[in-house]
Amino acid sequence: MRLKKLSLVAVAIAAAVSLSLTGCATGSNGGNDNIVSVNGSEPQNPLITTNTNEVGGGLIVDNIYAGLVYYDADGAPVNEMAESITSTDNTNWTIKIKSGWKFTNGEEVTADSFVNAWKYGALFSNAQLNSYFFDAIEGFSYEKDTELTGLKVVSPTEFTVKLTSAQSDFPLRLGYTSFMPQPQAFFDDPKAFGENPIGNGPYKLAAEGAWKHNVDINLVKNPDYQGGRVAKNGGLKIVFYATLDAAYADLLADNLDVLAGIPDAALKTYKSDLGDRAVDQAAAIFQSITIPGRLAHFSGEEGKLRRAAISEAINRQEIIDVIFNGTRKPARDFTSPVIAGWSDSLEGANVLDYNAEDAKALWAKADAISKWSGKFEIGYNADGGHQGWIDAVANSIKNTLGIDAAGKAYPTFAEFRTDITDKTITAGFRTGWQADYPALANFLAPLYQTGAGANDGQYSSKEFDALIAKGNAATSLEDANKAYQDAQVVLLKDLPAIPMWYGVANGGYSTKVSDVKVGWNSVPVLHNIVKN
Amino acid sequence: MIGYIFKRILQALPVFFGTTLLIYFMVFAMPGDPIVAMFGDRGVNQAVYEQLRAQYHLDQPFIVQYFIYIGGIFQGDFGTSFSGQPVSEVLAATFPVTIRLALMAVFFEMLVGVGVGLVAGLRKGKLFDNSSLVMSLLLISTPVFVIAFVFQFVFAIQLGWAKPTVSGDAGFTELLLPAIVLSTLAVAYIVRLTRSSVIETSGQDFVRTAYGKGLTRSRVVRVHILRNSLIPVVTYLSIDFGVLLVGATVTEGIFNVPGVGRTLYQAIIRGEGPTVVSFVTVMVLIYVAVNLLTDLLYAVLDPRIRYGK
Repeated sequence: MRLKKLSLVAVAIAAAVSLSLTGCATGSNGGNDNIVSVNGSEPQNPLITTNTNEVGGGLIVDNIYAGLVYYDADGAPVNEMAESITSTDNTNWTIKIKSGWKFTNGEEVTADSFVNAWKYGALFSNAQLNSYFFDAIEGFSYEKDTELTGLKVVSPTEFTVKLTSAQSDFPLRLGYTSFMPQPQAFFDDPKAFGENPIGNGPYKLAAEGAWKHNVDINLVKNPDYQGGRVAKNGGLKIVFYATLDAAYADLLADNLDVLAGIPDAALKTYKSDLGDRAVDQAAAIFQSITIPGRLAHFSGEEGKLRRAAISEAINRQEIIDVIFNGTRKPARDFTSPVIAGWSDSLEGANVLDYNAEDAKALWAKADAISKWSGKFEIGYNADGGHQGWIDAVANSIKNTLGIDAAGKAYPTFAEFRTDITDKTITAGFRTGWQADYPALANFLAPLYQTGAGANDGQYSSKEFDALIAKGNAATSLEDANKAYQDAQVVLLKDLPAIPMWYGVANGGYSTKVSDVKVGWNSVPVLHNIVKN
Repeated sequence: MIGYIFKRILQALPVFFGTTLLIYFMVFAMPGDPIVAMFGDRGVNQAVYEQLRAQYHLDQPFIVQYFIYIGGIFQGDFGTSFSGQPVSEVLAATFPVTIRLALMAVFFEMLVGVGVGLVAGLRKGKLFDNSSLVMSLLLISTPVFVIAFVFQFVFAIQLGWAKPTVSGDAGFTELLLPAIVLSTLAVAYIVRLTRSSVIETSGQDFVRTAYGKGLTRSRVVRVHILRNSLIPVVTYLSIDFGVLLVGATVTEGIFNVPGVGRTLYQAIIRGEGPTVVSFVTVMVLIYVAVNLLTDLLYAVLDPRIRYGK
């Protein structure tokens, strides 16, 4: 009798639990047919413009904010909120903005909206991940809270910026996420704002709480937007996928409209799977192998010779064909073909050609200085799909130079980067750079200038630094790019990083959309997409 | 009975402290600095770095971090994820999805596993029995991700019967495909388990007595054979339910189910201590509860088992 009762209770509980769990499951899907779905990833930080430095959050922020300029699909800057950005000396800039723009909460966008947002981003104690974008502005400090004295509001539609040195590509930077304006609501409560950001861009959040963590975020067209990126669709549904494979399966089933990126497993077949709905174009992504000068046998003249030998020992095209199914382009410099001013024929670029004979000769010359011993290793993070090409590169070096070479796997990206920033890594390692803004200098100064933030190999060259400064001070883009190219000639001699190849943006779209184009930064130009 | 349950809950306390301490230590000892990883390839801004470390208490010694965390839990604060969301919200959003998925999978396991196993056991050596053995062998030897990809490709992409991935709602129909995939391996085991258990029980004296009393075959099978054969199956099911709640990472990844496995995996990769420990803590509690429920179920199935007052 007692048992009967207990079993009844158990059944009742089980039924109640399963009902309560399944009962709440029937939800709606929005139902608006003019919404374009696109793959993304869960933002790693709250959606704050000066604290978003990765693609997941960047995709959202860039679509809900309008800055002074935006970049068109080819990477050329186009004035968005800016009326004009002018300077006579590249140091003092006058920025005039268009009037009549509003944030989606109705607040007017003024010069103060920009200046206050930048000051917030730069302030030491706010600890913003993108604070370094403001370090060229007068008054910036990495050590303590200081006033950005370089920023002055002249009128609601005009402000001035004073830099600490001449920066010819300053206007080019202004389309980056960090330089967006912020409404008053942001400063009142940044934390809550990061969950429900209010912008002035082509899209806005569909509603309070539109960001469903780890699931998706819904954006709708901002009817008040007045810039050049007016949405041709009703809104975006950015779906967060854990893997590209899942997103690709959705694309094949027409359950996802736009996919940026193709999973490795589908690289061979995606063009036949998708036909003319496959996307494949050059991207502003540069990959390299860095060998720090502090490693034994890699300093001074010997180091130069060994780096050149290793560079010439790598058969880039063959590795691209075998490992990446041809979806990369062998590097000819340290930047990217999608950037204005790129050149494939810099002086000394032949060090990037595969040349087994010369590689052996260079290695022998280095051996004459000091005999090589030990093993050459290339560090990489095993959680990022790099093992294939690293092993291939190591094999290429091994077979050409006849030395012991191998990949050195770190289980996670965090471990990998920790060893690099602590300067405890005892091997060469993979490095990569995706441009923040479409300028040659963005591929050079942050990576190879003495003491620069991403100078992982602690490279230092007075000649290079001087040429970058010269480019920054130049008054025309042509002159600036000339100096940056000269700076690259220095890099080709020293090889602080051995250029490998340029990334390619690949992806695809469903049968339900058209006018899909991928921008210079490998991100689809979402506002132009038309739902059929 | 109540006393027994109380005793078991008391026993869970040291388990709770032990596991949280252990897991917290493992996350703490995990090589690599999560704050450095936040900067990506961009190089670390030292000032920002120091402040972020302080914000997440990463600059404190291990034991201090642990007590800050445990102290928070008792105030209902599980910490925040790097994206600024309270971990309690992450828990509340993901666990229902995974529990729903696991319940559905266990339901399939019971339905198909016990059903097929029972028929196979009663018809030992016949065609149905042999073919079910071959099928289960096939399922056991196929890795779950292969089954997942094949099912996704055939049923979702080729035939279009279901969506390839699960949306944020994670509704009943959407979870069908992943639930079936999740259940396949266990189904195979349960078929075999039920079959051998049924064969063994069928040979017992009390079954012959039951027939001798003139009971119908269906009643003998239902009340005497099946019920007595279910004890090992229930044990297996409950363990499997626990495993499903914590270990569906691969399947959740392939079908993009916004559940525990996928979220935990990403938290581990990002080194989000509070998220990882909170998830594991809840998992431990679920395991303890499921184990207790299983033990109580034994008493329901087998009158010979009784728990003291």
